[in-house]
Formats: sequence, C-alpha cells, structure tokens
Amino acid sequence: MISLTDIATQAPVASWWLDSPVSSDWPCHNFWAHWAVFSAGIIIGVLLVVMAFIWFERRFIAPMQLRIGPNRCGPFGLLQPVADAIKVLMKEDIVPAVADKTVHFLAPILIFVPVLLMFAVIPFQNGVGLIPDLNVGLLFIVAVGSIETVAVFMAGYGSNNKYALVGAMRSVAMMVSYEMPMALAAIAVIIVSGTLSMQGIVMEQSVPFALLLPMSFIFYFTCALAELQRTPFDLLEAESEIIAGYHIEYSGMKFAMFYLGEYAGAIIQSAIIVTLFLSGWKGPILPPFVWFLIKLFAVFGMIVWFRATWPRVRIDQLMEFAWKYMLPLSLINLLIVAIETILWDPVQWWLVPVNIVITAVLLTGWAGMFKLRGGSEVGA
Amino acid sequence: MALKLAGYGLMQGLFVVLKSMTRKRITEQYPEERLTVSRRTRAQELVWDPDRCTGCATCVKACPQGNIKIKTSIGPDNKYVVEKFENDEGRCIFCGLCVESCPYEALFFGRSYERSQYQRNQLVADIDEMTSPEKEKSAYYRPELYDSLPEQTLLIYRKHKRIL
Repeated sequence: MISLTDIATQAPVASWWLDSPVSSDWPCHNFWAHWAVFSAGIIIGVLLVVMAFIWFERRFIAPMQLRIGPNRCGPFGLLQPVADAIKVLMKEDIVPAVADKTVHFLAPILIFVPVLLMFAVIPFQNGVGLIPDLNVGLLFIVAVGSIETVAVFMAGYGSNNKYALVGAMRSVAMMVSYEMPMALAAIAVIIVSGTLSMQGIVMEQSVPFALLLPMSFIFYFTCALAELQRTPFDLLEAESEIIAGYHIEYSGMKFAMFYLGEYAGAIIQSAIIVTLFLSGWKGPILPPFVWFLIKLFAVFGMIVWFRATWPRVRIDQLMEFAWKYMLPLSLINLLIVAIETILWDPVQWWLVPVNIVITAVLLTGWAGMFKLRGGSEVGA
Repeated sequence: MALKLAGYGLMQGLFVVLKSMTRKRITEQYPEERLTVSRRTRAQELVWDPDRCTGCATCVKACPQGNIKIKTSIGPDNKYVVEKFENDEGRCIFCGLCVESCPYEALFFGRSYERSQYQRNQLVADIDEMTSPEKEKSAYYRPELYDSLPEQTLLIYRKHKRIL
C-alpha cells in the first residue's frame, strides 16, 4: 500500500513508486476505487495503443513494400489513425434487411469485451494491473478468449450473407483447432513456473521462457497468429476470396468495433506472449513499463513482418497443420518439459541449449514426415 | 532436404523482406515531387501555332470525336483568317490524329497533365488558351522537338527527395 505521504517523505527516485507492487485496495483502501482507476486506465490505454499499433503497422510494413506509408496527417502521419477513426464513426450504420437484428447488433460488442477482460490479469509492471496476481490468471485468459469464437460466428450468422457465413465457419473451425496447441503450449509454461498467476509467471522467469521452452514459444506464437487471423492464417477474412469474411455486412461504428477488437486482440496476444515467454516487464536500466511496451511492439513488429512476407494457407493445410503437426508435437513437448521439471527442479541453465536442440530436431524431423495433400513438394 | 522442409523457405523469405527495407522507396510524393513525362507524351492539351496555321481544317476532318471547332474568314490578301479555334478537352480522347494530320505542323500536343477543372465548360480550350506561351510542346509526331525537351524521369533513375 502506497500513499501520497509515503512518496513525499521517502524522497523517491524517479520510478520508485512505479516499481513496487500495487495492492488491490490502492488507492483509498477501497477495491472499487482500484477497479475504477485501472478499468479506466486499461480502456484508455488500449484505445491509445490500438491507434499506435495501426500507425506502427502501416509505417512498418511500408518500407518492406518499398513505400513510405501514411505521412500527410500530422507529423510522420501520426494523426492518420485519429482521422480514420473519425471517418469511420461518421459513416452510416447499415443493417441488412434480412439480418438477424439482435445477433447482428450483439456480435461487435461481444468481440471486443472479452479482449478487454483479458487485460485485467496482465501485469504491466511489477504487480501493477487490475488483478495481475489472480491465482487462475492464465486459465481466465484461455476461458475468456474462447468467447471470441462465439462472437465471430454470431457476426457471420447474423449478417445473413453467404460470404460472411463462409468466413465465420472457417473462423470457428480454425479457432477451435488452434485453441488446443495454444493451451498446451501455455501448460508447458505453467509446469515450469508452477503457477497460473501472470505476475507469478513473470517473477519465475530468471531466464526468458522463450529460450527455455523454445517449442512452446514457437507454437504459442503460431497459434496467436491464427487466433488473431493474421497472415499466414488470414484466410477467413481473405480480401481476395471472401471479401472481408464475417464482417462484410458491417459498417460505421460496428465495423469500427471489429477493427478495434482485431487490434486490441493483437495487443493482448502480444502482451500474453511478452508475459509468458519474454519475461514480461523485466529488463535492465529502463523503467519496467517501458520495457513492457518495447517488448509489446517488438512482438507486434514480428507479426507485421510475417504479414509482409508469407502467403496465405489453404483451409485444408490449416487444419492439417493444426491437427497433424502442432497437436502431437505440443503433446511431445509437454512430456519433455514435464520430465525435465521432475528431474531438475528448479530449472537449470544448461537446459536452454538442450531444449533448443531438441526443438530443432523435433520440428525438422516431424516436418519431414508431414506431407500436405496437393500442390508440389518443396525442394523435391 | 529435411531442413528445407522445416520452413527454410519461409525464413529465407523473411530475410528477403528485411533486406528490401534498405532499398530506395519508389513512392512518388506527388504535389512536392513531379516526374518529368516522356518527351513524346500525349498529354491532356493541344498547343496551336497561329503563324503556321492556314485554316485548312484538316484537323477538324481528322478528329473522330468531331471535337475541334474552327471558324475562318477571308483575310485581306485572300487567305484564311482563323477567328475561332476550339477543342473541348473534356470530350477529347487524345488520339493525336489531328496532330498527325496537320499538313503545316501547326498543331502540337502539350505536356501538361494537371488539367482538372471544377466545371466541364472550363475544359473547352479556345485560341487564347491554346496559344498561351506557358504551354510546352510535346515531341509527339514532331521529332524535331525531341532533343530540346528534358529526359523522362524513370522511377529507377529518380533522385529522391526525402519527405516523411
């Protein structure tokens, strides 16, 4: 518990009060005050970071395609997302005549709310967050995150449009398939750290779990791409095939909610990857919150880089990749991690190179056995 | 073989994309930066030389749109005097047949491509506009002008102005 008098009397260093954990009744010894402060902070912060992400993606992908990106609206085009937001809010909200009105109305709300809920358990720095030390934090994230599948299907079904329905069906199939290796990759982290609390997982990471559990990291990242419907798994909103997937019939504010949900999803998945695998807010010299933001943008930068490079997979390739490649390998990975944890607890440093070698051997070996139907074989 | 199967191509692609970040950007920053058009361009205007024109109206006959209007009268030494010479650039298809058909090389293509107007009737070019000294002549079907015109800027040769 920190009060203003403490800060005044103890002559703090610049980031002293930011560095220490915040109890769940800060400020005013009242949980609801804490809840109000952090809810408002998270909502405002998410909106700001969404705009920053949109700007960052457009500016970062531009040089990869030999372009410059937005540069007219404000310095370095920084006000472009603001202008886009104003434009999209002023557009007419069109509801198709034959749509299921209630479902059509609820879907954009339901797609954004779970993403916001997931921010509740993310520690933005040491113990600072709404409930960062929730003892079922990761379970909460996995549980709340799966609500999005329902929202996507509601959007596709409620629009009464065949392209939207095709997009939604693909989306449901994909999300259900990729939830499983995703959860299995997260379970490996839980086994090593011995806790479900996000704060606890960060505290356990003397070495980032991305190095200690490289296979879990790669699988979680891949599944996060699938959950976010980003390239190479963006086939459910493929512009060239099914126009925009499940949100084709949405316009104006409701479309903005989908867009917001998509980018807020990118933030939360980046934040989860940072927390689980990249040792969260930990880092030298700079204040922890800055480290968290740097890592957040680095992970999102990787996602943008993939988007600029990789082609889109087919639906059958997508399914086979999930069920024949990722799922068995995550189970094997889980077994290896469990054995390692039983034999050498606490985790030893020399496991890092060993695990990297095991990952390389397993990934390449399984890839040799893994064949996709159709198309031509690579390197044959 | 096994390495290639395990996403070797994907990784290679990533680094190709990363390398391309260091290359010159090809976007043209239009209002600040203008490219020089081809010397033989067929741009969106006609330039007329009143001294060479005899008022024979070959261009009018050549125009597939029936777009050029010319009105002549007999002058003092029994020659045509052009009273009215108009081209509606809103209807012109810039085929260049008038320029090619002119027997006295009095009609040229211009080089300007910034010809937008708010009203259609502002697009009708009359004698004053077609003879205005600011208009540059294109070397289209007039090879003698070719060497006097600046070289075209191709995107690959362009000097980049850095605008962010």
